Amino acid sequence: MSALTAPLAALGAAVLALLAAMGRVALFALETVSHLLRPPFYARELWISLVQIGWLSLPVVGLTALFTGGALALQIYSGGARFNAEEVVPSIVAIGMVRELGPVLGGLMVAARVASSIAAEIGTMKVTEQIDALVTLSTHPMKYLTVPRVLAATLAVPVLVAVGDAIGIMGGYIVGVTRLGFNEAAYLKNTVDFLEVWDVTSGLIKGAAFGFIIAVMGCYYGMNSGRGAQGVGRATKAAVVAASVLILAANYLLTEAFFTS
Amino acid sequence: MITLSDVHKSFGPKRVLRGVDLTIEGGSSMVIIGGSGTGKSVALKCILGLITPDSGQITLDGQDVTKGDRDAFLARFGMLFQGGALFDSLPVWQNVAFRLLRGALKRPHDEAREIAIEKLRRVGLTPETADLFPSELSGGMQKRVGLARAIAAEPEIIFFDEPTTGLDPIMSGVINELIREIVTEMGATAMTITHDMSSVRAIADNIAMLHDGVIKWTGPVSQMDDSGDPYLDQFIHGRAEGPIEAVR
Repeated sequence: MSALTAPLAALGAAVLALLAAMGRVALFALETVSHLLRPPFYARELWISLVQIGWLSLPVVGLTALFTGGALALQIYSGGARFNAEEVVPSIVAIGMVRELGPVLGGLMVAARVASSIAAEIGTMKVTEQIDALVTLSTHPMKYLTVPRVLAATLAVPVLVAVGDAIGIMGGYIVGVTRLGFNEAAYLKNTVDFLEVWDVTSGLIKGAAFGFIIAVMGCYYGMNSGRGAQGVGRATKAAVVAASVLILAANYLLTEAFFTS
Repeated sequence: MITLSDVHKSFGPKRVLRGVDLTIEGGSSMVIIGGSGTGKSVALKCILGLITPDSGQITLDGQDVTKGDRDAFLARFGMLFQGGALFDSLPVWQNVAFRLLRGALKRPHDEAREIAIEKLRRVGLTPETADLFPSELSGGMQKRVGLARAIAAEPEIIFFDEPTTGLDPIMSGVINELIREIVTEMGATAMTITHDMSSVRAIADNIAMLHDGVIKWTGPVSQMDDSGDPYLDQFIHGRAEGPIEAVR
């Protein structure tokens, strides 16, 4: 191979590897959905996953939303002052939180917390033969491990987003009232008046999509983990990176679909 | 009866099984011996369908194991994994009763717990162990719990993958005795893979020597010491010189 064609061959190989990986992930997601629709269903595992993914993620999502809402209020106030538009702070904080920052930052925080934990747990189960043990005990690993986690994340992340939205708006309210001199009643009225149902709904739909992505990535990389501590470490890292990038890409596509027509 | 006929399996360029032929009679205890990396675990996983062979046929009572109802097939098996493979997130009794808490063999919760405690007792563990988690157990106790799980649903066939690896000689002896007793008591067909010769002598009715992806010798354990097979002789006496290369 000549020096001229070698880089092209390497690029082609990388593109092919990327496409193959995308295909494998897509097939894995489809298989998960197909198992989601067929019994047996493991209600106990679903409940445990809901607690692990939803309830235990509340503090991190809540704190992220609180500080983001507060910082957003400060930014909009300082930026709006350039053209005497300080009064838009409540409405832009609300719209910004529910449409964009609530779902995206909430999704990224859950990705960091949950995709890593799922990949590490399932990866460890794989290297310690627990997945093989499940099979010998007549239990399908996809049904027992993947389906409850994917379903739980798809249901729980929109709820986390809704809670994060409310806390984020409250963060903006606290900063607006205590630091920027807004009247309490006027701030709340501006928030409610300019917020539409679709603003909130679109964010919740994004949350459901992000939850699905997070759990599928965690399970996929866990199930395909390499051997030993290094293999599990790599799987964990790959799950978080892939989930985060896919959340940002999906966010752009969903925003295009929801708000540009 | 389990039969493997000309079973081949490769991983990339590495040919692990190169035509394995082996018969395990119903109700007998077969031990497969061989050095590390000779394909013992792969052969066992091929029978269970955890790995698909590239070619050849595996039958159970004359039926191809790749065909028919998979759940019904697996319900006939119990398996003790090398590291125990206990589920970290479940307490000991739920590990033991895993098969009895879900699926076709599902029993009421209290009955499943009772059976689990009885099986724990059978392998020499007290009922207090039932509510501990696997991480709270020693290696020997984990093996016993794995053994209790393997026999919980009273399977017809039990596989043991390196049952004494990592245990001290006394605990190895205890596990070997338990396996022998339980297999005899249940009348189960047993297949064990090991390179621990004390396990071989304690557990086996028949042995098969796997080397380089093929069965080099098979026969009753009573003939093992006079087999005249150079591979088997070198292995059972642990000699560095012989047809098996010490550095593989």
